[in-house]
This record gives sequence, structure tokens and C-alpha cells, in this order.
Amino acid sequence: MEPSKTRKRALHIENIAKRTVFLFSSISVLTTAIVVYILFSESFIFFKEVSIVEFFTSTKWSPTLRPQNFGVLPLLTGTLMIAIGASLIAIPFGLGSAIYLSEYAPKKVRKILKPILEILAGIPSIVYGFFALTVITPLIRVFLPQTQIFNALSASIAVGIMIIPMVASLSEDAMMAVPDSLRKGAYALGSTQLDVVLKVVLPAAISGIGSAFILAISRAIGETMIVAIAAGQSPTFTLNPLNSIQTMTGFMVNISLGDIQHGTIEYQTLFAIGGLLFFMTLSLNILARWIVKKQKEKLG
Amino acid sequence: MSKIIVEDLNFYYGDVQALKDVNMTIEPNEITALIGPSGCGKSTFLRAFNRMNDFIKNTSVDGSIIYDGMNIVDKDIDVVELRMKVGMVFQKPNPLPKSIFENVIYGPKRHGLKKKHLQKELVESSLKQAALWEEVKEDLNKSGFELSGGQQQRLCIARCLSMKPDILLFDEPTSALDPISTMKIEDLLVQLKEHYTIIIVTHSMHQAARISDKTAFFLNGEVIEMGETGEIFSNAKDNRTERYISGKFG
Ligand SMILES: Nc1ncnc2c1ncn2[C@@H]1O[C@H](COP(=O)(O)OP(=O)(O)O)[C@@H](O)[C@H]1O
Ligand SMILES: [Mg+2]
Repeated sequence: MEPSKTRKRALHIENIAKRTVFLFSSISVLTTAIVVYILFSESFIFFKEVSIVEFFTSTKWSPTLRPQNFGVLPLLTGTLMIAIGASLIAIPFGLGSAIYLSEYAPKKVRKILKPILEILAGIPSIVYGFFALTVITPLIRVFLPQTQIFNALSASIAVGIMIIPMVASLSEDAMMAVPDSLRKGAYALGSTQLDVVLKVVLPAAISGIGSAFILAISRAIGETMIVAIAAGQSPTFTLNPLNSIQTMTGFMVNISLGDIQHGTIEYQTLFAIGGLLFFMTLSLNILARWIVKKQKEKLG
Repeated sequence: MSKIIVEDLNFYYGDVQALKDVNMTIEPNEITALIGPSGCGKSTFLRAFNRMNDFIKNTSVDGSIIYDGMNIVDKDIDVVELRMKVGMVFQKPNPLPKSIFENVIYGPKRHGLKKKHLQKELVESSLKQAALWEEVKEDLNKSGFELSGGQQQRLCIARCLSMKPDILLFDEPTSALDPISTMKIEDLLVQLKEHYTIIIVTHSMHQAARISDKTAFFLNGEVIEMGETGEIFSNAKDNRTERYISGKFG
């Protein structure tokens, strides 16, 4: 039998739709590939000038000053301080909220709080940056007057606050994915609610929660605006959070805003740092995905 | 002396009455089977014995269930204490995402059993009682999820037994299992009644006939008839019971 006219038309539209979405997805994959390619080919040029050993072991970073130094360690420690400080804030508060939302909050409360969390996650980070500079820093200086105006502590607290909703929301998803039958089974064995939370739900959701932490840390490492505003611009090799520092992202903003000539070694540093940043966050994201996959296998 | 006496038990989900004036006595070391078409209130009734209905919002209950000298319907009783004595095995096996060993020892550990050698003894004896020991003794650290459905269900039984309960509740424990696993569980239940009092909801009348001592037939939240299993199956007094048993409805 001949397909009817309308059927033929539907098939035709179907075909066009399929090709269009394929085109869109190819374009996005392609642009990403191009970005990655440029990142690495330009870093390659950088590493022809600067030895990898110097890059990773020298503790001085001054690519725009004479004498030039290309040791990434100060930027790396700056970045790590922000990430660690932010995690110390975001993990307990985020996980605590997740436990409350998933295990204790009445349905109605959760229905209200969960969307609020998601809205909080959407606040532009520049807002947190100014919050750090105008509220958190002065507060810290009340207690620790030796604190510099621009400092790692204030920025890391702000980054931490910024990623709380992300930790909370992803951890809560992981805990909600624990089948209710497990909770029921544990209750039927005479568990208290705290037993069920600590000994059943958290262990069962641990990989999802772990991956939430990792994604949040990766987000903290990549955070730019807050550190550019509140952490300072001095790439000093220090672990004192009260000092002014510079992170990898902070440096990149700084350089991009300056009038650096294309093709110079200073310009090339952008790609080296960008490549390193890309590598770090990519590994963290892959790790998180892998952990989630493990969890899926475990819970069947 | 009877183990449990249920008197005038009524249960409501909101405005919907799921149990109507249920009266029943449960005898020790017997298997009591609850049968009836789906939606007639068997599970609701079973959950009343370990207060798992507490987790369902907007319910109310009146009447009494006298067990061990107390009315366990009473809001003030210690449900954790109750659930330690009244174990429950669910329709779908629900082992915890932990090793076999940790699954079995979960309950006793929560209630303070810390000594490693006592834990080992208890795990072994519970698994033996649940007829699972021979199949898993080589690798107690394996995840409970790696067992077959029938083994998982016996693991869930072992984890109840390690609590040294008094009463065991089963809600259609074999409905998700193949015939061979079902047979193993049925044999196991018959062995277990020597030490425990068992109440089982089953959708299979053959199962009730095979293993139970008493059978109660539920319909629309009421107990239509209860008695010796042989009596109910060969000589039901109520013709609704007879029609249900002979497969005319349900
Ligand atoms: N969680 C619940 N909320 C509201 N109504 C319920 C709930 N569970 C069961 N019911 C109702 O109570 C009645 C008895 O259900 P149930 O005890 O599950 O029956 P059975 O186990 O015999 O199939 C049914 O009408 C069912 O719809
Ligand atoms: Mg049922």
C-alpha cells in the first residue's frame, strides 16, 4: 500500500528534524574540540620557551615583570586555598541541608526549599564577590585585624557559600535515589531515624555525595569573579589565608584585561594556565562521573 | 496461651476504612496465613503488628492488639523495641548495599553487639537457620546484591533472625521468586515455626494450604472466616471463602 500524503509529509519533517538536531549537536561538539585544540597547541608554544620543570617547581610567578618568572606554584596554592576553604564551608553545610531535606523535612517544606536552593545556585558570582569584599572581609578584620584587604579567606568563604546549593542539591538527589525499601527494611529491624540516615542512606548514597563534592570543588577551582574581586592580585607563594593571593583564574582575568601583545610569551601563559585549569577540572569531572557510575552499579 | 490477640481493630487511610472490626488470635509456633483478593487489607493488617503503618501519613487506628502484655496499637509504646521482637520480610528482597556479613549483623550492631567473635557466631547461626550458610559461607564479604533473588530473600530472613525476634511477619515473600526459590522459602518457614510465631500474607492459596496452620480470609477489610487451614480449604463455612479458594474471584 502507498503511504498516504500526510504520512509522507510527516516522514519528511521527521527527517529534517533529525538532521537539524544532529547539526546542532555536531556544532557544539566541534566548537568544544576547537577550543581544546587551541588551548593545547598554544600551550605547546609556551612550553617550548619555558621548561615544564620550571613551570611546576619554581615558586615565583611574574610573567609580566622583569625578570620574568614562570613558576605556577603560587597560583596553584592560591587556587587550592580557595578550593579547600570553600569545601570546608560548602561540604558540611551542603550535606547537612541535603540530609535535612531528604530525610527530615516534611514534604511541604521540601517542595518550597528545593526550588529556593536551585534559585540560589543561579545567583551571579559577581554578587558573591562584592559580598566578600564589603561584608565578609570587614567582618574578618574585626576579629583578625592583620588580615589584608584582599585575602584568600574572604574569597574562599564566599566561594563556599556560592557552592553550598550545588552540594546540597546534588547530595540530596543522591540520597533521594536510595530506594525507600532500604529505609523500610532498616526501620523494620528496629532502627532509629538517625541509624537509618547514618548507617543506611549515607553509605548507600556515598558515591553520589562524593561526586557532588568533587563537582563542587571543581566549580570552586574554576570560580573567577569572586577571586578576581576579593582575593587580590598578588601571586605570592603562601599558605596563609589572610594574605592577598592570586588564583589561576584570577591571573587569567588580569592578563586578559591588560594590554598584552598577541604572540608574546606573556600572552602565551594564558593558554598554559588555561590548559592546566582545563586539565584539572576535566579530571575532577571524569572522576565524579566514574564514581556515579559505580554507585548506579552498586544500587542496581 | 495465645501469642497475640487482636480486638475490634479498625484502620483508616484518611476517610477510607481499610480494616473493619478485625478480631483474631494468633497462636505461638504456628504459621497463620492471611489470604484474600488484592486490596482487601492484608498488608495493612500485617503492618499493624510492627507499626510500619506509622510511616504512612494521615492514617488512624482504633481497637487493640495485645502482645506481650501491652497494646501495641498504643501511640506511646516504644516502636523500636517492638520491631526488635517483631521482624518483617518484605515482598521484594531488600538487602542493604553492604556485605552479606554486614547485612546479617546490621540489627544487632545497632543495638550494641560490638564483640567481633560474638558477631561472627551470630552471623553463622542466623545464616544456618535461614538455610543460606552453605551457599555463602565461602564469601561473607560479598555484597548482598550479588546474590540471586531467592538468596537475597533468605538473607533478609537471616537478618531478622539475628535480632532473635519472637514473631516474624512475611508480606508475600515469594511473589517475586521462581518456583524453586519459593519452595526453599516455604520449607524454611515450616522449619522456623518451631522457634517463632509466623504470620504470612500470601496471594497463593496453594502456599497457604501447603505451609500454614491457620488461615484467615479477608475481604474488603473484614475477616470473613478464620480457622484451621485444612478446615478452611476443605470445608469453608462462608460461601465467599469457598468461592475465593476455588478461584471463582480474586
Ligand atoms: N499507603 C496507602 N495510602 C492510602 N491507601 C492505602 C495505602 N495502602 C493501602 N491502601 C488502601 O487500603 C486498602 C488495603 O490495602 P492493602 O492493605 O495493601 O491490601 P492487600 O495487601 O490485601 O492487597 C486498599 O484499598 C488500598 O488502596
Ligand atoms: Mg499487600
